[in-house]
Amino acid sequence: MNARKLLNDVAFYALVVVIVVFSVFPFYYAIVTSFATGTELFKVNYWPKAFSWANYESVLGGRNFVRSIWNSVFIATTTVVFALFLAVTASYALARVRFKGRGLLLMMILAVSMFPQIAVLAGLFELVRFLGIFNTPYAMIMSYVIFTLPFTVWVLTTFMRDLPVEIEEAAIVDGATPWIIITKVFLPLLWPALVTTGLLAFIGAWNEFLFALTFTSSETTRTVPVAIGLLSGASQQEIPWGPIMAASVIVTVPLIILVLIFQRKIVAGLTAGGVKG
Amino acid sequence: MATNTGGLSLSQQRQRAAFWFLAPMLAALFFVAAWPLLRTIWFSLTNTLLSDLYGGEFIGFDNYLSLRVLESGRWIWRGTLVDPAWWNAVWNTVRFAFVSVLFETVLGLIVALVLNAEFKGRGFVRAAILIPWAIPTIVSAKMWAWMLNDQFGIINDILLSLGLIDQKIAWTASVDTAMYAVLMVDIWKTTPFMALLILAGLQMVPRDIYEAAKLDGVNPVKVFFKITLPLIRPALAVAIIFRMLDALRIFDLVYVLTPNSAATKTMSVISRENMIDFDKFAYGAAQSTLLFAIIAVFVSLYIWLGKVDLSGEGQK
Repeated sequence: MNARKLLNDVAFYALVVVIVVFSVFPFYYAIVTSFATGTELFKVNYWPKAFSWANYESVLGGRNFVRSIWNSVFIATTTVVFALFLAVTASYALARVRFKGRGLLLMMILAVSMFPQIAVLAGLFELVRFLGIFNTPYAMIMSYVIFTLPFTVWVLTTFMRDLPVEIEEAAIVDGATPWIIITKVFLPLLWPALVTTGLLAFIGAWNEFLFALTFTSSETTRTVPVAIGLLSGASQQEIPWGPIMAASVIVTVPLIILVLIFQRKIVAGLTAGGVKG
Repeated sequence: MATNTGGLSLSQQRQRAAFWFLAPMLAALFFVAAWPLLRTIWFSLTNTLLSDLYGGEFIGFDNYLSLRVLESGRWIWRGTLVDPAWWNAVWNTVRFAFVSVLFETVLGLIVALVLNAEFKGRGFVRAAILIPWAIPTIVSAKMWAWMLNDQFGIINDILLSLGLIDQKIAWTASVDTAMYAVLMVDIWKTTPFMALLILAGLQMVPRDIYEAAKLDGVNPVKVFFKITLPLIRPALAVAIIFRMLDALRIFDLVYVLTPNSAATKTMSVISRENMIDFDKFAYGAAQSTLLFAIIAVFVSLYIWLGKVDLSGEGQK
C-alpha cells in the first residue's frame, strides 16, 4: 500500500515538473538567446554560456524600438482609462438598476466582445481615414475600445452585482443620487476590481496586433507587437534573432511581473469575465 | 443631496439615471463596432478599392458569387464562394479551431486537476502556468519561431538527440508541418487560460463529495468520470465555446509564425490580405463578412443552447 502511494506521489510530482518545464522553458530559452551573440547564437545552448548585453544595446540603441514602447504605453493607458471611465457608470446601471431590456443589452455587449475583429476592419479603416487619424496613436486608441469596453463593462458588472445591497439602500435613504452612490459609495469599494479589470484590459491593448498592423505605416508609429513582428533582416537567412529575443524579453518581463503580483486578482477577473487572454 | 425629484418615483429616477449612464458607452460601441460592421457589409456589396474608398459602385452579391454565361455557352462562376483559396482558408481555420480547442481542453483539464489537488508548491506551479498566458502572442510566435528554426532551433536538436527524427525539420516553412507549428504554439499559450477557467469550475465542487467517495473506496478514475466531469460540465462548456470563438478568428499567431503559408492561412489572414495587401478591398470585406456570419451563428447557438442567464438575476 505504501509503495503504491509512493509511486503515485512520484508520478504526480513528475507531472508537476513536466507542466512547469513546458510553461517556463520557451521564455527561459528566449532569455538565454538574448544574451548570446555572434557564433554563440547559432549553437544550441541549454544553459546560459555567453553573457553579453550587445543585443539589448542594439535594440534600445535604435531609436524606433524605444519609440514603439512609448507608443504602446500611451495607447494602452489611454484606452484603459477611457474604457474604465465609461464602464463604471454603465456597469452600475447594468448591475444595480432594473429596467426593460437589460438582459438583451448585456447579451449584446457580450456578443461584441466575441466579435471577430476582422469583421470591422474595413469599416474602421474607412473611419480612421475619414477622421484623418491614420498612422497616429489615436487610430489604435479608438479601435481598441471595441474589445476593452465590452470586457470592462462585463467584468465590472459581475463585480458590482456582488456588492451588498444594504450599503446602497442606506445611501438611498440618506438621499444620495445614483451619481453620488457611484462616486462616493461604490468607487472606493471597487478599487480592487478596477485595478484587475484595468490591468487585463491593459494587457489586451498592449498585445493587440491586427489593428496596430493595419493602421500604422511608418516605423515611428508602430506599437511593440508590430515592431517585434516586423523586425527583420535583409533576407530569411539574416533574421536578427538575438535582438528579437532581447526585445521580446524587454516587453515581456514587466507583464510577467505585473501578472505575478496580481496573480489572484487576475485569475478572479479572468474567470468572472470568461474572456480571452 | 437634492431629494427633490420633480415628482418622479425613486425607481423612475433610477431608471432615468441608468439611461444617462449607459448612453456614452452605447454611443462608443455604436461608433467603433456597429457602424464599422455595417460599413464592412456595405463594402462587401460594392467594388470599392483600397486606393479609392469612395469610388466603389454597388454590385450586389458579385463578391460572394456571380455567374457569367459566355457566348459560347460556358458558365463562369466567380466570387469568394467558388474561390479555392477561400475554401482552403476555411478548412485551415476549422481544422485549427477543432484540434487546438480539443488539446487545450484535455491538457487544461489535466493541469486544472493538478492545481486542484493540495500539494507543496501549488502556488509556484500556478504562477508558472500564468507565464505563457502573460506573454504577448507576437512574442510567443517569435520565441517559438526561433525554437523551431530548422538549422539552429532547439526543438530539432532535442528531437535529434532523442532519436525521434533523423533529419532536421523546417517546421514553420514546410507545408506538411506549418500547421503543427501553429497548433503547438497556440496550445502552449492558451492551455493555461483553459486550465484557470476549468479550475474555477472545479473549486465549486464541494470537497466532501470527494471525501465520501474516498471513504467508500471508489476508484479515482471513476470518481472523475461519474462525479467531477458532470459537475464541471457547465464551466467546461463555457470555456470551450469562448476558446472556439477565439480560435475561429485567429490572426496574429499565423501571420507572424508562418507568413504566407497556404497551409496555415486562416479566414482572418486571407481577408486582411485581400483587403489591404492585394487592393481587393471589397472582396476582402466580403470574406470578413462571411467569417462574421459564421461566428454569429456560433454565438447564437451558444446563447440558445447554453441558456446562459445573462440578466444575472438568477445568480447571487
